[in-house]
Amino acid sequence: MLKQIEGSHAVAEAVALCRPEVISAYPITPQTHIVEDLGLMVKSGKISPCEFLLVESEFGALSACIGSSAAGARSYTATSSQGILFMMEAVYNASGMGLPIVMTVGNRAIGAPINIWNDWSDSMSARDAGWLQLFVESNQQAVDVHIQAFKLAEQLSMPVMVCMDGFILTHSYSQVDIPEQATVDRYLPPFQPRQVLDPAAPLSMGAMVGPEAFTEVRYFAHHKQREALTLIPQLAQEFQALMGRDSGGLLKCFDCEEKETVVVTMGSVIGTMLEVLSDMRADGYSIGALTLRSFRPFPIEALHDALSGAKRVIVFEKSLAVGMGGILANDVRMATRDLDLKVHSVIGGLGGRPITRKNLRRMFEKGVNDTLNNIHFHDMHMDVVNRELERAKARRRSGSPAENILSDVGVVAAAKTI
Amino acid sequence: MPNLPESQQRVKFYQTGTFTVGNRLLDSEQRTVQATLDRSNSLDSGHRACQGCGEALGARFAIDAAMRATNNQLIAANATGCLEVFTTPYPETAWSIPWIHSLFGNASAVASGIAAAMKVKGREEVRVIAQGGDGGTTDIGIGCLSGTFDRNDDVLYICYNNQAYMNTGVQRSSATPAAARTATTMPVGAEPGNAFQSGKSVPLIAIAHQIPYVATASVHDLHDLEVKVMKAMQIRGARYIEIFVPCPLGWGSIPGDTIKVARMAVESGMYPLLEGGNGEIIGVSKIRRRVPVDAYLKLQKRFAHVFKPENASQLERLRAIAENNIRRFDLLSKEDDQS
Repeated sequence: MLKQIEGSHAVAEAVALCRPEVISAYPITPQTHIVEDLGLMVKSGKISPCEFLLVESEFGALSACIGSSAAGARSYTATSSQGILFMMEAVYNASGMGLPIVMTVGNRAIGAPINIWNDWSDSMSARDAGWLQLFVESNQQAVDVHIQAFKLAEQLSMPVMVCMDGFILTHSYSQVDIPEQATVDRYLPPFQPRQVLDPAAPLSMGAMVGPEAFTEVRYFAHHKQREALTLIPQLAQEFQALMGRDSGGLLKCFDCEEKETVVVTMGSVIGTMLEVLSDMRADGYSIGALTLRSFRPFPIEALHDALSGAKRVIVFEKSLAVGMGGILANDVRMATRDLDLKVHSVIGGLGGRPITRKNLRRMFEKGVNDTLNNIHFHDMHMDVVNRELERAKARRRSGSPAENILSDVGVVAAAKTI
Repeated sequence: MPNLPESQQRVKFYQTGTFTVGNRLLDSEQRTVQATLDRSNSLDSGHRACQGCGEALGARFAIDAAMRATNNQLIAANATGCLEVFTTPYPETAWSIPWIHSLFGNASAVASGIAAAMKVKGREEVRVIAQGGDGGTTDIGIGCLSGTFDRNDDVLYICYNNQAYMNTGVQRSSATPAAARTATTMPVGAEPGNAFQSGKSVPLIAIAHQIPYVATASVHDLHDLEVKVMKAMQIRGARYIEIFVPCPLGWGSIPGDTIKVARMAVESGMYPLLEGGNGEIIGVSKIRRRVPVDAYLKLQKRFAHVFKPENASQLERLRAIAENNIRRFDLLSKEDDQS
């Protein structure tokens, strides 16, 4: 059914259609509307039977899901930003035990300085935690991918994060087609755990493994993620056959075939990019784009194939490995290391910095001319940074760089004049 | 169901000439679960606990009693710690019940999740226990524990309190008593041993959450311990039992003295046995025959330094803690004084 609804509400409706049995909820912006809507649906009986646990922290949220999933219940939670850091120990634990929990991450920056707006620092911090990470570009895809995520998680016995840009998707209203319950029921069978806590057949879960088997246990998890490289497109196709729409597989090509320059990115920013790239192609540039829907597992082969005809790649990401550079760019370089391909790493949109058609066009043109810095910080004002570097050099007690930089940018100054 | 708490609770029989609560002269249905042939052996032999481990004993008593009370419909979530390590390196397990270990600080949250799963699946006959040591309970796990209490989830949390982080090598926890030597509170400097407070009381914190049942128990009184566990299992909602479990390794006591050390902790007033519920203390076990605090302390090397003349003030602190417990919880009564 077509609805004009908020992204968070659309996700809540999609999760409800998956018949979750236990949902744990802890508020954190910008994810909160999702669990609020789910709480309402559980309390009103729209989702039934379902237990809605109001926990005391994100650590408690995921820990409760670990318990409920281990006891055989389909389990869901959602988080953002500091929340994923606070639950991080449980994040690794859930995947280590192979518990097919689905968790939405409303992607948001990590502090300090505290910042509630969108970038990918939060889910990137769990990049190596053993969860599958699927990035969505629209609220329609968020709906479709959540439904696939439960099936994917349960087939593999691995937890899945669905990563959606905070505010840009979670808080935006758009037209979304919500599937019928009967259709989702046909797609998603009831949860059949591989192992379950049950007094009828006692077993011990989560015990210690020493050096004699640890490598093999970790490799097994790696192997399962590589299996997902086949399963993700397969489940997407099954979904398409039922729903009649493409929700993307491992990656999605947007006029990227036989182009000299290919922009590689993830998430919602592709929407703005497509308009810029279309204009640039009309102006004679050989340029296309590709989004990764699956970041973990990383589709090395599929990406390699998609980029094998290109001359250069501009990797645009809303994440920064401080002291190193681009995280996604590094993975792209790894996947394409035997290709004669120039990889530009662009970091932008941090902490919600607007990404506009104008500043994208400027950056893409530099990329096409190979005049981007080795690691390019998109739309960054270096003069502001330099001023703070000078201050720090001049005086030992130079104060908070965050405050000084913001003062220079003018927000504080502007506020003072009001 | 045999051995209902009510029938067991009437038993306050002490063997003549000893301080031990006995089974020998009791009717079979009044005997402890441990004394019965059909006990579940939930924590089976062959595990790796030290000689004289109070925690192994406490867990065995508590879980078998809970199994009896629930007709073997029990799932346990375990915090990281000695109990987890000595019972289960894969592929071996000493547990004959469904058991999960997740992390150090989340046993109660995992148990809440299991209880939610059982409820949603309509299997509310299956009951859930979370268990951990004092570190996993009073320190790192207290956030999740408070959440479980606050939601009144149908979970019995059992804390095996041996008053320090034993699994990592005897470091101070917030349940470590004043003056005690641990690896992080060595008997040196101006305040030898543990300089902080007198041990955080999670039982009182649990009572403050107004959950339906809270109790403290000790491995020296098996009848009392089992009664409290079985009573707890007949109540729905969040329940907390803390069991005093001496650790010979961490305390520097003789392994064969574990029961004696536990008994003297209670009889000296250092570890009061309480019951509470819905915000009130509803019962205390009176001290039967008071023993001096010094006699309790002298059984343990962790307190050896308090008997040096220069540390007299430390000893006074410990004596004052016992006095305060006795006064505060009215642990002495006339009829018990006469015994």
